[in-house]
Amino acid sequence: MSRFNDFGNQLYSGERSINFISKRKVFYLVALAMLALSILLPAARGGFNFGIEFRGGSEYRVSASKVDSTIAAENAVHTIKPGVQVNTSTIGANTIRVQTPQLSDTESESVRLALAKAYKVKDSNVASSFIGPNWGADITSKAISGLVAFVILAAILMALYFRTIKMSAAALLALLHDLVITAGVYGALGFEVTPAAVIGFLTILGYSLYDTVVVFDKIRENTLEVEFSETATFAERVNLAINQTLVRSINTSIVAVLPVAAILFIGAFVLGAGTLRDISLALFIGIIVGTYSTIFIAAPFYSHLREGEAKYLKAAKKVFAKRA
Amino acid sequence: MSTRNGISKAAIKSLVWLLVLLFGIAGIIGLNKLSGEAKATFVPNLALDLSGGTQIILTPVVAEGVQVKEEQLTQAVSIIRQRVDSTGVSESQINTSGNNIVVSIPGIPDKNTLALIKSSAKLEFRAVLVASAGTKTTIGKEGSKPIKTSTAKPKDNSDLNLIDASTQKKYEKLDCAKSFRKPGQIDPTDKPLVTCNRDLTEKYVLGPVELDGQDLSDAQSGTVTGANGTATNEWAVDLSFNGAGGDKFGKITGRLFPLAEPRNRFAVTIDGYVITAPATRSVITGGTAQITGSFDQKSSSVLADQLKYGSLPISFMVQSQENISATLGSEQLQAGLLAGLIGLLLVVGYSVFQYRALSLLTLGSLGIAAALTYLMIALLTWRQDYRLSLSGIAGLIVAIGITADSFIVYFERVRDELREGKALNVAVEAGWNRAKRTILVSDAVSLLAAGTLFALTVGNVKGFAFTLGLTTLIDLAVVWLFTFPMFRLLAQTKFFASGHRFSGLEIRESSSFGYTGRGQFRVAPQVSGAKAAQSSKEAERRQTIAERKAAADSTVSSTQEETN
Repeated sequence: MSRFNDFGNQLYSGERSINFISKRKVFYLVALAMLALSILLPAARGGFNFGIEFRGGSEYRVSASKVDSTIAAENAVHTIKPGVQVNTSTIGANTIRVQTPQLSDTESESVRLALAKAYKVKDSNVASSFIGPNWGADITSKAISGLVAFVILAAILMALYFRTIKMSAAALLALLHDLVITAGVYGALGFEVTPAAVIGFLTILGYSLYDTVVVFDKIRENTLEVEFSETATFAERVNLAINQTLVRSINTSIVAVLPVAAILFIGAFVLGAGTLRDISLALFIGIIVGTYSTIFIAAPFYSHLREGEAKYLKAAKKVFAKRA
Repeated sequence: MSTRNGISKAAIKSLVWLLVLLFGIAGIIGLNKLSGEAKATFVPNLALDLSGGTQIILTPVVAEGVQVKEEQLTQAVSIIRQRVDSTGVSESQINTSGNNIVVSIPGIPDKNTLALIKSSAKLEFRAVLVASAGTKTTIGKEGSKPIKTSTAKPKDNSDLNLIDASTQKKYEKLDCAKSFRKPGQIDPTDKPLVTCNRDLTEKYVLGPVELDGQDLSDAQSGTVTGANGTATNEWAVDLSFNGAGGDKFGKITGRLFPLAEPRNRFAVTIDGYVITAPATRSVITGGTAQITGSFDQKSSSVLADQLKYGSLPISFMVQSQENISATLGSEQLQAGLLAGLIGLLLVVGYSVFQYRALSLLTLGSLGIAAALTYLMIALLTWRQDYRLSLSGIAGLIVAIGITADSFIVYFERVRDELREGKALNVAVEAGWNRAKRTILVSDAVSLLAAGTLFALTVGNVKGFAFTLGLTTLIDLAVVWLFTFPMFRLLAQTKFFASGHRFSGLEIRESSSFGYTGRGQFRVAPQVSGAKAAQSSKEAERRQTIAERKAAADSTVSSTQEETN
């Protein structure tokens, strides 16, 4: 660990320094390219793949099935309701998920019993769900109003704490970047968008800002009274802050991502599609992108917004004059 | 800054507070459990997705632009609860969630229970205008004769002039065997209604609504008392109206009684379907009425229940219905716990790798946080009927990372202070002073997210926001009452203070990094020649404000107080 610790020491002292600020144009371009891909790729695929909660329909889960066949489900459904579209997938070791268009109560119960027979399990092993088409939309519209309210409140909180609205602006830009890219990955890979995934998105929102605030607090410390400095410019102090918190950023994102990766692993390989997988997938992408965007977008953009202020320009001129 | 002794005292005081908090919550639950409070528990209750059962989400159906009042929802919840309880199902949970009502029932409910929950509809009384068998009326070549007798304005709610040509056509075309109502359809209360009965055997044209469920105070099933006071075998349903309802009902029966069949009948509808349409045998002014007919004990009590509990202030439609088998639920719980365990082990492993002996502090803190969280959930299970769901567990697992971050921020700040050459006990204090600001403001953002989502969202999102907020508060409590005071105490041990190579606090001298002893920081190590020019930017940047001021006096000196 000593090597990592040394790395931290060197970053702190400035002996080793990664120049995030001066290469910001490259990072902006990378971000623009990522954003463009996040919009274009899902569009090319024909939009998001919305889960049954958004489309509406009936769903059955056959657990502990003794028959490993998806055709059996289709046949069972068709004996009750011929001709309907049946989507079947295997979840985990021996759970079969069957989705059909919305069926009436009596049909639904008959399908449930037919599935139990087809898969040679007890009736109680087949769970049925009916989801109206408004359910997902309802939860999402509330989530979006929550999101908007949170963003406004967070911007005010940050502006008050940091005494500058430019930090809020930079943090929110990075947040937007994270949300668009996470949604983009979902869309591009065709993952199902379920209410659980929506929860994941909302958590990213909290996490992304949380991460940005930790780094910004160091930036705030480092740039206090920098306009009186004759040795370092505003941009250099911001860069030092990013470097000084780099070890923390790496450690924190690893610690945050490890449990999420555990949920993702269990969710995807043991449980299959479901709440755990959907939440953790969004979080997994979001935490990585959130940490990245704090360092490569929020902080450089903040410096970009402020270093042009007259007092900092004047101070920077003095610093450069002294160095020359 | 306090003396070493003072620091120990303050640290121990914080730890005592933590113990008070932990044992306080455990004690409150334990004492109540011992004193026979049945719901006090140390075992969190599980939500449906983990324990198995059925969840039904009902959405109110209102005309566009009409707002559902909160009291209407609360009343609806209590009526639905009454209905579910009346079926003998225990441990059901009925909540509002935004404008929706969420009904959670363990196991898979039978058809009757489901029907009872779903028929959460408005009960309405309308006069019968026309009635016939529930099939399509055959009409000869010359077309049907208008039911309407004249073009005069209808004089009361039994007037056949209420039926215009389009209503008549609708009635004639109506075939009860074919689906004729949309789920959640709203009928205007001041217009005639064309509909069928529940058994789909008879179709009607009904007059405008004259009474609704709120006018009815009770409905009971029982046997008819014979003329001489003896009990008979005939089953009947007795209705009681409240004051205003009784008066209205008296006037209605006064109007209906002299009319000819079928206009002497009044229909009671639920969800637009007629559940009963008895004929009026007398003018009823006492506020109580009796419906007789071909009832048996069962059918009379079903009707009585429908009448009694059917009077919801608003009607609902089923938005989603989900059955989760108990096997699947326990599979999910095991998988969730397994994921939590793996996640925790990974965090432990990484933190040992990064922080060596100091990781004991991280793990202790996480352990305390876990204990506090568990107790809080047990407390909320008892007081607030909280149920742990899968998304709640996911929230808790995610919280491991966010909680650990507070320690990382703090440890890194302490390391920073050590790098500036401070002794450990000084660094622990100085690092805390900086870290606590960061921890407070970043947790404020987290709490803001949790609070906003909790206030504005519904269902699973709300559950998730709740766990996020709870764990953020617990994070603050643990950092303040455990991590910081423990670190203060540990900093006084030789193992940590000496920067032992396994302590996780070892700061090795690197080539350009000046460590000149306790409290000393040697600035700008003199690098020679070309490298100096190249790295001057960085060297200068390294300076603190105090150093910069000193540098301005063109003396390079050591300094003890830094402000950045």
